[in-house]
Parts: sequence; C-alpha cells; structure tokens
Amino acid sequence: MTIDLKTVKHISKLSRISIEDEKAKKLAGDLNSIFEFIEKLNKLNTDKVEPLTSIAETTLKLRKDEVKSENIRDQILKNSPNENKDFFVVPKVVE
Amino acid sequence: MNNIISQSLTDLIKNIKDKKISSEEVTKSFIQRAEKSKKLNCYITEDFENAINKAKKFDKKPNYDSKLPGIPVAVKDLFCTRGLKTTAGSKILSNFVPTYESTVTQNMWSEGAIPLGKLNCDEFAMGSSNETSFFGNVQSPIDKNLVPGGSSGGSASAVAGQLSPITIGTDTGGSIRQPASFTGIVGLKPTYGSCSRYGIVAFASSLDQAGPMAQNVKDCALLQEVISTYDPKDSTSIDFKRSHYSEELTNNIKGKKIGIPKEYRVDDMPKEIEDLWQKGIQYVKDCGAETIDISLPHTSYALPAYYIVAPAEASSNLARYDGVKYGFRVKGENLIDMYEKTRSEGFGAEVQRRIMIGTYVLSSGYYDAYYLKAQKVRKLIKNDFDEVYKKVDAILTPSTPSSAFKIGEKTNDPVSMYLNDIFTVPVNLAGLPAISIPAGHDSKGYPLGLQIIGKAFDEQNILNIAFAMEEKINFKNKIADWWIK
Repeated sequence: MTIDLKTVKHISKLSRISIEDEKAKKLAGDLNSIFEFIEKLNKLNTDKVEPLTSIAETTLKLRKDEVKSENIRDQILKNSPNENKDFFVVPKVVE
Repeated sequence: MNNIISQSLTDLIKNIKDKKISSEEVTKSFIQRAEKSKKLNCYITEDFENAINKAKKFDKKPNYDSKLPGIPVAVKDLFCTRGLKTTAGSKILSNFVPTYESTVTQNMWSEGAIPLGKLNCDEFAMGSSNETSFFGNVQSPIDKNLVPGGSSGGSASAVAGQLSPITIGTDTGGSIRQPASFTGIVGLKPTYGSCSRYGIVAFASSLDQAGPMAQNVKDCALLQEVISTYDPKDSTSIDFKRSHYSEELTNNIKGKKIGIPKEYRVDDMPKEIEDLWQKGIQYVKDCGAETIDISLPHTSYALPAYYIVAPAEASSNLARYDGVKYGFRVKGENLIDMYEKTRSEGFGAEVQRRIMIGTYVLSSGYYDAYYLKAQKVRKLIKNDFDEVYKKVDAILTPSTPSSAFKIGEKTNDPVSMYLNDIFTVPVNLAGLPAISIPAGHDSKGYPLGLQIIGKAFDEQNILNIAFAMEEKINFKNKIADWWIK
C-alpha cells in the first residue's frame, strides 16, 4: 500500500491539522516508510485471536455520586487564549 | 556538609533525619547545581524560590516520619502541578497552568518532598531522544551532543547529572527505561494500574504508566512505594496489596528462575550488548538464581503493533488541543480554520506525524485492518508472557539495542528512531512491570543497561533481582561535568 498526496491531505483534514504541499510531500514519504514497517503484521494470521481490549482485567468500582464544587471557574478560564469573563470565546459559528 | 548532590536519596534522608543537614541546605545545593547546568537544558520551568521557602518551612516544623522528608525533587513536565505551568514539552500547552495536581506528584509532596520544577521531555512524550521538545533538546551529562534518551530525557539527565536526587518519568513504550539505560541510572516502569494516571497529560492511555528514576535500586524502591497508590480518580487504577518495596528489599534471590528470551537476540545487535547480557546471566547465576532459555515468539511484532495502538490512542487524546480552552491559539477565518491553524503551528512534526498515523488507522474502512489487527497481536504478545511465566519468575534482557547516539543522528529517519524501543515496548503492550539497571559501559564509555521484566504486580521481585545484580555489577557512572568546564 502506498499513501499518496491526496490521502495525506485527507488525513490532515480529518486530523484538523493544516499542511502545505511541501510538508505533505515529506509526510507522505515518512508515512509510507512507517506503514511499510507496520504491515509486517500482515504476515501473522490472527483469524482466531480475540483482541485485547483491556489490559487491566478488573471491574469498575462504584463511587458515591457526590457533587464536589471547587469553585475554580476563573482559574480555568484564565487558561483560555481569549480575554473573556464568563465563557470560552471562539470565532462566530452561526450567521 | 560536602557533596550533598552526590549523596543517594537514602543517605540524604538519613542525614536530614539525623539533623546533620537541613532541607534548606539540600534544596539550595541542588538549585546551585541546576544554575551551573543550564547547558543540559533539563528544566522547562524552575520553581526555585518557592522550593527554598518550602524547605525553610519544612526545617521549622520537620516531619521526620514522612518518607521523603524535605527532599527536593524535580519532575517530568508531563505531570500536572497545580498553579505551576505544565507544558508536556509542547508549544500548544506552553502557557497552561493546571488547576489540579496529579496523584503521583501529590503523593510525593504529601510525603515531604519539595518541588523544584518541571523537567524537559519529548513533546507529549513522543520520542526516544528528547529532540522533539518545543523547548529544545536535552544534553546528556555523559558526553557532549549525546542524547539522554527519551521521552523522559530531562528526568534522566537531571538524576545522572545530579540536579535532582530522584525523579519520576512516564513510560508508554520505554520512556523511563531507555533514558535510564542511556544515562547510567535506574528506572522502573510499574505494572499498568499500579501508579495513578490522574493528572498526567495523556499520550496512549492503555500504555502510559508513571514510574521512579533514581541513582540506585533502593532509592527507586522507596520512590515506587511513595507514588504507587490506589486512586479512585483513575478508573484503571488497581486496588492490589502493595509491598513496602524498600523495606522488603532483599538481595536473596536464591532459587529464582530467570528466563532468557531468544527473540531478544536481534540482528545487528552490537557484540558489546550481547556480552553485557551474558555477563548479566552470569551475575544472576552467581546470586543463586537459575536461568532458563525461553521463547517469546511474537516479540518482533510488538513494535509494529505499538505503532498502531499508541498513535491511535494519541490521536484521540490529543483531539482536545484545539485552541479553545488552553493557551495557544492561531486566529482563523472561522472555527475549523482556527482549529487547523492552531494544531498545525502548536504541534511539532513528530506529534503531527503520530496524530496522522492514528487518525488514518482509525478512519473509516481501515479500523479492522490496523487497529483491530494490532489489538489481536497485543493479545498474542500477552499470551507469550503468560505462557513463560508458568516456568519462570522474571525475564532478563538488554534494555536497548545500542548505547546512546549523537544528537541529530536519527532525526531524519522515524523508523530507525522507533527501533530504539524494540526491547521495551512488549512490556507496555502486556501491561507488565520492568526495571532497567546500569550494567556496564561500551567502548566509548557510554552506559549500557539490562532490563528485568516481571509478572504483573510483582515489582518487589524485579526490584530484588535488580538489587542483587547491582551489588555484583558495582556500576560507577562516569560523569566528568563536561558542561560546567
């Protein structure tokens, strides 16, 4: 399998990472060598193998359903890049 | 008291308890050392002033019953620290100040440790050389322009270079053990579920584990004792009976059965590594243990499976960095444009590459061929270990297929960089504990490590084997302070 420029563009769109053509070309090369390496797995027959979905075979514990208010809204908003008092602000999404 | 910085954690604790030195003296010594060691680029964020104040406060009202009384410690910048910038080595988090504290760091501060600051690492812990950090590469104290390994490279350099007596790192595919091996220190990757992941910037959630890094096995055992607790805040934290690892540490490993897996004898492995491995085998025999040749037949599939599972989980975990809630944002024409530009400028090349691999293997039509396949291979790898653990108590292997390499040597070839983790990755896929201990030097004088892999939750056993071997090996790290002169 080869990953062409079109595929790289498609993945970059799905990943929400914009890339220019120059960078996309280099990425295609990198990804191809990585996938060539990954595809070694195809040599292995796994038809009868159950996938490992959880490494820690434990059941989840229940906890009390309690509200713990730390009142840290201001501290959290401080990490947001836009100056705003009460909300996270993003570019307008509704006309 | 002279030479505070070269004392082991155990000695520092004893001297503080015996009132021969104060926490303030110890803290200031490590800070002075850090001030002289800027060239190593270990720190991303220094918190020295606060550290001195906290040390003074400890000295006024010391609690000598705590496990890390007044001991200054710097930690990898992947652990969230309340009120102190936490970057994960990334531009996208370059001014993120957490509102909460990770459980493992909280455990250390609760036992009397004094936070010194945050240590450099590969961006989002993705790397094996500490060259992917937005804050620049870390230098190894071993030699100029040598990588310290990664991703916990700043942590490894800080302990080996005596900027911090102990530290903690995280290990997703070898990120504690490989840098420990490259810098001549001890690093433990605990069983999955042993140390809480709460408050650790997530990379690949089914593989990530925090663990101790130290100058010797005993210090490592003590730190593991402190950081390993059951934590209801992490749904994968496991409530098992934890040993008092340092108290129960013994060099008596008579009768232990230690497996030597033939698949770890890979092509192109330098003779020095093979010789070191043979020496290790002789050491455990000298300690009264028995070695048994074993086979882990799916070993060579571990790394390809890892490069599906880890990027897949990373691509999901890193979806949250969109420029809305955290520090870095690039303005866009609309919301999507803002996301795309923010992530394009905010993430470095390696992180973008891994997000893209992960997105691709999880994308419509490819899930079965890649992700499901990798999960099946992961099962086979776990089965390999389950099978051999019917016959042996632990497994002995080299930690890495080579000693440390030069900065820039492997940056243009991602696959050759990934091959560094060939001996460490299977352990993460199977959720097992493993420790790397320094075991010798190569012809260039660079450290080489041996890895002991244990059964799940059997940290005590591998610590004991490491402790017994450490006595026989009698390793001395060759640090000539090249960056100071």
